[in-house]
Parts: sequence; structure tokens; C-alpha cells
Amino acid sequence: MQIYLPIAEVSVNAFLLLGLGGLVGILSGMFGVGGGFLMTPLLFFIGIPPAVAVATEANQIVASSFSGVLAHFRRKTVDIKMGLVLLAGGLVGSAIGVQVFKILREMGQVELLVTLCYVIFLGVVGGLMFIESLNAIRRSKNPATAPKPRKHHNWVHGLPFKMRFRQSQLYISAIPPFIIGMAVGVLAAIMGVGGGFIMVPAMIYILGMPTKVVVGTSLFQIIFVTAFTTMMHAVQNQTVDAVLAVLLLLGGVVGAQIGARLGVRLKAEQLRILLAILVLAVCGKLAFDLIATPSELYSLGTGGH
Amino acid sequence: MIRALLISLLLAGPALAEDVVGALSQNSVSITANFNGSEIWVFGAVKREEPAPQSAGPLHVIVTIRGPDERVTVRKKERTLGIWVNRDAVEVDVAPSFYAITTTAPLEEIISATERLRHRIGFDQAVRLVGAPVEVASPRDFTAAVTRIRQDNGLYVQKDGIVDLTQDTLFTTRVALPANLVEGSYRARMFLTRGRKVISVSEEAIEVRKEGLERLIYTTAHERPFLYGIISLAVALFAGWAASEAFRLLRR
Repeated sequence: MQIYLPIAEVSVNAFLLLGLGGLVGILSGMFGVGGGFLMTPLLFFIGIPPAVAVATEANQIVASSFSGVLAHFRRKTVDIKMGLVLLAGGLVGSAIGVQVFKILREMGQVELLVTLCYVIFLGVVGGLMFIESLNAIRRSKNPATAPKPRKHHNWVHGLPFKMRFRQSQLYISAIPPFIIGMAVGVLAAIMGVGGGFIMVPAMIYILGMPTKVVVGTSLFQIIFVTAFTTMMHAVQNQTVDAVLAVLLLLGGVVGAQIGARLGVRLKAEQLRILLAILVLAVCGKLAFDLIATPSELYSLGTGGH
Repeated sequence: MIRALLISLLLAGPALAEDVVGALSQNSVSITANFNGSEIWVFGAVKREEPAPQSAGPLHVIVTIRGPDERVTVRKKERTLGIWVNRDAVEVDVAPSFYAITTTAPLEEIISATERLRHRIGFDQAVRLVGAPVEVASPRDFTAAVTRIRQDNGLYVQKDGIVDLTQDTLFTTRVALPANLVEGSYRARMFLTRGRKVISVSEEAIEVRKEGLERLIYTTAHERPFLYGIISLAVALFAGWAASEAFRLLRR
């Protein structure tokens, strides 16, 4: 069934959009990532104009994250206090990121820098996660050889403004989560994604939060950052396509529910290694596109009417 | 310019003996939610005061449908430090968003280059560059890229020899409008040619407009963007909540 999208001004298959939404929703619920880093390139691929894809995707992430976070609230796997600290940083970062994005756009190199950001961050994050989870799986297979590592104190524990995060069983300074939230906010605005794929590993490896709490807390923060981004795009660029958003989120919210349940069944190490492989695959594809000779050297952009 | 006008007047003088009368199956296209392209049937007749001239060569028909003009930025990628980067950019001043040409015979055989220039028939005439930046070596490649990319997207179509011309009097053709159409005033033009010269022109307008829900969404997004953003968020949150509740009930 073909459907005409009023803002994107293209006609696409409605079932294709529902399917894409569902697939990305499953990932969202499983890993606590918004899924934007997959969905945005997929939307480009099916012919949605990039500006509309980025803006509409932000709106869709609000829905799938909200659906996902409700499931986590019921299981009490959301650290609201931590989420609020991350969010405070996230909103500051997002505001900075939007300005950076504007400057890059004026320089005419925004696409390249967005792609480079994707390649670098997905590569580093995916690689680190992959190695870490492999080690974790190896340790769990022969527990005799590896003593359970004691919670070590790193530089994070030496900073002021200490707060108690009961849900995460942490007593650490508020500065690292605020900075992580801010960094993710900047990247989210530049790359047009929720930023979960960076925040989740940062919460695990820098803050030392338990994996189960990480997913819910990340979703909690993503809702607000993407809602902010949606409003910015709607007001400034009028590029949020309501019909596209509804189709994507119908599939997305259902997928997120399925994903959240699948996530409970899988072991933390398996979950991490799956996410790592996915992140590396997207990174590889984007890197290939940068290096391989494109079939069309020219590209069109409507330079204002 | 004045000279061109004078020449066209002189040339048009004796040719008034044949006149084209054209019509379209519809003068408006509504883009609704299930819009999946449309087809316009173009038909017409040749009106004559006297018998058809024998000396001026056979009669031919060219039908063009052209969408609203846009300004387009064309960027060219170049390999820099191993990766492909957008380097040169050219602003193409005029490029129709849609352009279809149908004819009774190969375009170059039935109309001369000067006539194409005068009536702006053909992709090379429709996509125009007024002032190219000096630092760009070959601006022509950029206008050619617009035509090539839009042909690939089905927005620029040229089909030679598909107009049916019956007894040098009646002609008909169909032009498919693709699904990725933009709003605006489209112009359908019908040309009669003899001896590679245009002897008569007729023009009809086609209004392409979004209707119903599509219209409502589009105008709300542009005229009340804040409200539109709030509604978009509300819909997203409601959908998220509804799915969560539905699954909770299912699990019981």
C-alpha cells in the first residue's frame, strides 16, 4: 500500500515503514538505544529527504523510548536521579550541538562531518564493547582462572559534588554523569540520533552502573533530549512529517515492547556482544561509502525557494 | 532579444494557416494520502482555414508538461585524503521540478536547435545556469547532473514517437505524473512543427495541490509550527503509552 508523505513529498510503501519501525523498535527495547543511528540512514536509503528523516526520526524515538521506559519503570530498572543529572547535561549539550550544526551547515560540509562522526564513534564504541564482552564471556566460562574483579576506585571517585544513586548502588560525583549527558547531547544534535549507543557504554564503563539499570535510565534521558530536538526541528525547519512519524512509531512502539522482553531473557554479555556487532556493521557500511567511488559524483540540494 | 522577436514574428506570419487546439483530461491533480502518481491524457486537433501546405515538410507534434521552477544547489564530490568529499558547488538558477516531453518523432529531427532555444524545449534548455562561479572548471557538467539525477528519479522523462497523430489532424498522448510530485502550477504545452519550425503553440495549466489530510498537515506544519511540534510529541507519547499498556494487558 503506497502512501504519500505530506512533508517529505514522496510516496512510499506503508508496510515497509511499519516493518522498519518494528525492527528498530526491537533494538531500542533490547539495548536501550534509540535506534536512530540505524533508522536515519535507512530512511535516506528509501528516498526520504535527509532533513525530514532526521527530524521525523527524533519524533519517532520519543515514542519508542517512552514505550520502552514504561516497561522498565514497572521492573524498577530506571535510576531517575541519575537520569535527571544526565538530562541536565543533555539539554545543555543539545543546545550547543544545534549551534555547531548550524555553523557546519553554513560551511557546506555537514554531511561529511556527520558521517565521519558516525564512523569514529561507532567504530570506537563498537570495538571497545566487542573486546570487553568477549573477555567477559571468557571469564564466565572458566571462573576458576579469573577472580571476580573487585569494584576498583578510578578517577571518577575523586571528584567533588558526590551524590548517592541508590538504584545504581553508586556513590559518585555528579560531574561525570553531567558531562556524559552533555557530550551525548552535542553528538545527538549533530548526528540526529538519540545517542544511546554512546551513553550506554559510557554508563557501564565510566560510571560503573549495573547493566540492567543502564538501559532504562538511558531511555529516560533520550525521551527528553529527542523531544527537545523534535520541537527545534518543527519550529525552525518544518521538517517533521507527521504521517511518516505515525507509521514509524506504530511499528516502533510494538517493537520496543518485544525488545524489552527479549532483553530480559538474554544474558548481559550476550546483549552487549550483539549490540557491538550491530554498531560495527553500521560503522563498516558508512566507512565503505566514504572510501568507495560513488556511482554518482553529483548531489542535489534544493537551495531555498 | 528584439531581433529574435522580429524574426519570430516574420516566421510566424505565413504559418498561421494551421492552429493547434489542445485540451487535457484534467486541469487539476489532488495529492491525497494514497496518491501514487497520476496520468494526464493530452489531446488536440489542428484547425485549418485552407488545405494543409505540401511544401513545408510533414506535420509533427511536441507535448511538454513542466512543473514549477526551483533553484537547485549541485555539489560535486572529489577524493581528498582517501575519502569522497563535496568540493565544488554550483547554484543552478532554474530547474523545473518535473519535465516530460513526448513527441511524434525523435526530437532533434522535428525541431531545430534555435527553435528549441526560443521555446525552451528539451532538458538542456529547461535547466539553466545564469552565473556560474569562476572557480568551477566545467559548470555544464553540473547542469547535466541535474538532468541525469532527475531522469533517474523519473522526474524528467522524454519519450520520442509516442504521440499519436491521425490524418495530420487529431493527436493524443498520455503523460504519467510520478508519485514524488511537488505542489504548484504545472504547464502543459502543445507545439505543431513543420520543417523543424514551430508553427503553432497551445498552453494549458494543471494545478497540483495537496488535499484533505495532506493539506491540513502541510499547512499546520508551516503556519503553526509550535502547535504542530506539540501535537507530534503528544501523538508519540500516546502511542508509546498505548503500546506499553496493550502489552501489559496481553501478558496477563
